[in-house]
Amino acid sequence: MEHLLSAEEITPEVFGEIYQTAQSVKKALREGRKKFSVLRGKCVVNLFFEPSTRTRSSFEKAGKFLSADVINISTSTSSVKKGESLVDTLKNLDMMHPDVIVLRHPCEGAPYTAKPFVRAAIVNAGDGRHQHPTQALLDAATLKEHFGTLEGKRITIVGDIANSRVARSDAILFKKLGAEVFVYGPSTMMPRYPEAMGVKVLKSFDDVCDVSDAVVLLRIQLERLNAKKTFPSIREYAELFGLNRERLKKLRPETVILHPGPFNRGVELTNDVVVSDKTLIFRQVETGLAVRMVVLSLLCNRLERLKEEVK
Amino acid sequence: MTSILFKGARVVDPSQGIDRVLDLLIEGNRIVKVEENISTSEAGRSIDVSGLVLTPGFIDLHCHLRDPGQEWKEDIETGTLAAVAGGFTSICCMANTDPVNDNPTITRYIIEKAEKVGLCDVFPIGAITKGLKGEELAEIGLMVKAGIVAISDDGETPKDSKVLRNAMDYARSLGIPVFTHSEDKSLSAGGHMNEGPLSSLLGIPGMPPEAEDIGTMRDILIAKLTGAHIHVCHVSSKGALQIIEAAKREGVKVTCEITPHHFTLTEEAVREFNTNAKMCPPLRTEDHVEVCKNALKTGVADAIATDHAPHTEDEKMVEFCRAPFGIIGFQTALSLSLNLVREGYLTLSQMVEKLSTNPARIIRKSDIGTLKPGARANITVFDPEEEFTLTEDLIKSKSKNTPFLNRKLKGMVKFTLHNGRIVYKTV
Repeated sequence: MEHLLSAEEITPEVFGEIYQTAQSVKKALREGRKKFSVLRGKCVVNLFFEPSTRTRSSFEKAGKFLSADVINISTSTSSVKKGESLVDTLKNLDMMHPDVIVLRHPCEGAPYTAKPFVRAAIVNAGDGRHQHPTQALLDAATLKEHFGTLEGKRITIVGDIANSRVARSDAILFKKLGAEVFVYGPSTMMPRYPEAMGVKVLKSFDDVCDVSDAVVLLRIQLERLNAKKTFPSIREYAELFGLNRERLKKLRPETVILHPGPFNRGVELTNDVVVSDKTLIFRQVETGLAVRMVVLSLLCNRLERLKEEVK
Repeated sequence: MTSILFKGARVVDPSQGIDRVLDLLIEGNRIVKVEENISTSEAGRSIDVSGLVLTPGFIDLHCHLRDPGQEWKEDIETGTLAAVAGGFTSICCMANTDPVNDNPTITRYIIEKAEKVGLCDVFPIGAITKGLKGEELAEIGLMVKAGIVAISDDGETPKDSKVLRNAMDYARSLGIPVFTHSEDKSLSAGGHMNEGPLSSLLGIPGMPPEAEDIGTMRDILIAKLTGAHIHVCHVSSKGALQIIEAAKREGVKVTCEITPHHFTLTEEAVREFNTNAKMCPPLRTEDHVEVCKNALKTGVADAIATDHAPHTEDEKMVEFCRAPFGIIGFQTALSLSLNLVREGYLTLSQMVEKLSTNPARIIRKSDIGTLKPGARANITVFDPEEEFTLTEDLIKSKSKNTPFLNRKLKGMVKFTLHNGRIVYKTV
């Protein structure tokens, strides 16, 4: 794998390998083994043009646990504020010989713009509304760990689908792994052509409860809700589309719940959901770290070494 | 007086219903005769153009020359050179220069500079409103005296319908058309590509075809109200073409143009975030492209116009959502239009109608767009079969922003004559 820009690039075989290795990594982490020499001498740059705590710290930890040198650059401290273009920033950065650039950017396709100008491998850590492939990997890995397979599973993503890179990445990878993907939310937040994403739109929360083996709740971007005129109020969203105690009861017994975080309690989910035994939300975080360790190793051609060390 | 005789070309002139092998004689800046077997003794110089097609010079109703104010993208010299390399002998440049062409001083500057360069006619389009702000009418009458052929606020057609009504009323009395970029921008706000299956997949905010349909409907209704001649620019949607067709049937004075890129490419061209395929209106889906081609065939669409919009490599080498809209088009228009002939949508004569005869009529010029004796000797000679690769070196424009870069194209301009002078040749 040269870069990881989109879930489209992840074949079931590649996913299988990442998953298996991530499981070994998790086992090692749980045993308290947190330092490996896999990426010694390698340099990982986290280049974040958008605020992020979770994803950035997850990549940072992943790099550090593998002994890579990790540099964090965010917009507030970079020369982007001085007017430098993305391409120039990347070209300059590349001259410092990083091995991997983890790129988060508010514009769809930014890593594709950057790709021709760098020698380093690029991991797309979120480009606008487009893709966030490591999120898809960790969501799929979390579900595989729970169910054993995604084959034949019915997974529903709930929230602002049209504007969500998580929905786009998840839908593509889940489908590749044999799942059937549905979406649900306010009609103003549905894509105009859901079939292009490979998903079907459900009509009610009751349908979500009936259909789903797993429900992925998306974060509602409170700050954007009114500005984008897609929904009247947070109160109304919570009432009509949030997962609450009552709806939790309607879910089938085996149904599980995911959320990419950070979540808004009382909006897309209530406390009942957070504490429910159905939730895999916190497991996602751990799996995310393991998956990112695997991805960084893979992009540095050190996957075998990682497998060896975590044994 | 110098005279040139072109011998043996397939002469295509829809204004006279001519499409056959003939000779054409020019003297000075005028066409003298188009006949069979004109003797070489009648001319000082004779050029054998057998096997080539000879037509009235192409007229582009819609381009951006960026001069004055944005000369790093293009200027009148490079722009007109690119134009004649594409077979255009007259081009109409949009008012969105800096300063805006909203007063006779700028109009005269453009015309005088173009005359000094001397490659082709440049007919400025004046602004509708001062500064393209959509508020106060620009000095339209004074600009008409200075030489504008139409008015337009380019991409900023006044949102205020009363302002547009006044402009149309006024334009009617002055005998010039109003060129509109018809779009309900409140519906397409924030969009960077067509709202279609691909935008759903890529997550890029879309510009729905319906935004164009709504804009077209409003603008045409105001034209109907005022009796003005409206020319709808770069139509790209099925709905807009249906609206235009219905309006024409009703007798509204409406004409429209379609760009080569809109009848050639689909939204697929932006799949890899190619900013050189980003323009407004955006590339749409196959069904819209098909309707565009048919509109040219049936005559619902009157003209092919380039919307030549230069932007430098630096400006385009940015994130897709931060890249400016627009691509260059002078040197690709002929080969892409010839594709419509090859695919059977147009006869060669219809193609010339769209590139020359009709545009001349739309801007009310009777001495161009025709090979009638007495007309100005603005002539294009091309080889419809010659293939070439559109390399950067070949592009005469200062900017190279085209999705056709390094693509193989078929149909090469061999001679371009402006006022009887060979201003471009590739032989």
